Amino acid sequence: MRKVFKKLIYENPLFVLLLGLCPALAVTTNFESAYIMGICFTIVIILSNVVISLFRKLIPENVQIPTFILIIGTFVTIIEILLNRFLPDLSNKLGVYLSLIVVNCIVLGRALSFASKNSVLCTLKDSSLTGIGYTLALMLIGAIREILGTNTITFMNSLSSITGFRAVYKVYPDFSLLPNPIFSSPAGAFLILGLLIALFNYLKGDRHESN
Amino acid sequence: MNLISLFIISLLTENIVLTKFLGMCPFFGTSKNKNNALSMGISVMIVVVLASLITYFINNYILIPTETTYLKTIIFILVISCLVQLVEIILKQKFKGVYNSLGIYLPLITTNCAVLGIVLLSSNNDYSLLETLVYSVGSSLGFTLVIYVFSSIRERLETCNVPKNFKGYPIAFITAFIMALVFARYVGV
Repeated sequence: MRKVFKKLIYENPLFVLLLGLCPALAVTTNFESAYIMGICFTIVIILSNVVISLFRKLIPENVQIPTFILIIGTFVTIIEILLNRFLPDLSNKLGVYLSLIVVNCIVLGRALSFASKNSVLCTLKDSSLTGIGYTLALMLIGAIREILGTNTITFMNSLSSITGFRAVYKVYPDFSLLPNPIFSSPAGAFLILGLLIALFNYLKGDRHESN
Repeated sequence: MNLISLFIISLLTENIVLTKFLGMCPFFGTSKNKNNALSMGISVMIVVVLASLITYFINNYILIPTETTYLKTIIFILVISCLVQLVEIILKQKFKGVYNSLGIYLPLITTNCAVLGIVLLSSNNDYSLLETLVYSVGSSLGFTLVIYVFSSIRERLETCNVPKNFKGYPIAFITAFIMALVFARYVGV
């Protein structure tokens, strides 16, 4: 349990390793698109890394990268087609960033450094933890940006075409400072992520001193 | 759309780094010194312009007639990785000096989301050949411009007294925040 916690917080792919920045900044304007992106990402990383780990002995080392990219690309395309069919609204919102999971450094990084060397079971565990850590990070940024930027929190809006109900809540009464559209603008994304990374540095620093 | 306004939009108002967040990894990774940033920018420009032209033809003459546009992502990433290899080989053979200065940045471009992003965006927007060319030159020039300016600022930051927890990446993000605010102001122009 402690190991899981450690992996999710202190080795968080986004805040600590600073990988996969594009989607983290681009799709986190509201909570819903942030967690949907996280879920898509987790599915892709688990499936592609398991497949890579299954075929690890068959793939020669000098064509590793192209083969891995093709495998990842296949799963991304499958997710794209499914989202386009069932959630066209959301698929428009995520747009090009969904396809960009192909070149996400986390997926390829884990594939090269872990899945290509370890058994299927270990890979399953590693990639699901990485995926969940990334999803949690996206959710955190999404929640902060939406609450500060528009004073709402969207649990289900585009998803309501499937689940049948909508869940968008107001968080606090408006006042002169907040909500401020700067937090949902692209510039605000940099500010929030910068502050969060500083916070994680602070947490990490504490831990090193206590050890 | 007017070609000049498309160029200005892709260069400044809809800058791919500061408003679309493409190419974040090299933006933070290689921007520690000015020369590296410039080399990265130039290599990205070469690959982006070539890749958008090639994928334009593939998309319009192969994928659309055969109705296989859902394969876009896979085909484009293959084209880009082959192209990067090809550019690397050509530079290595013919332009030794350029190759040595770009060095390790070339292979990294394959996984640079700016390249795939620009290519996908211009094909999703159904740009014509000329528009694709202008858009890819504008966006990659915008990438080079921003990464160069950013690296100059970061060189100055190295000598500044920054709070302990903000050293390194956090302060870089705050700098990017201020730059993005400045670029957001171009929208009205």
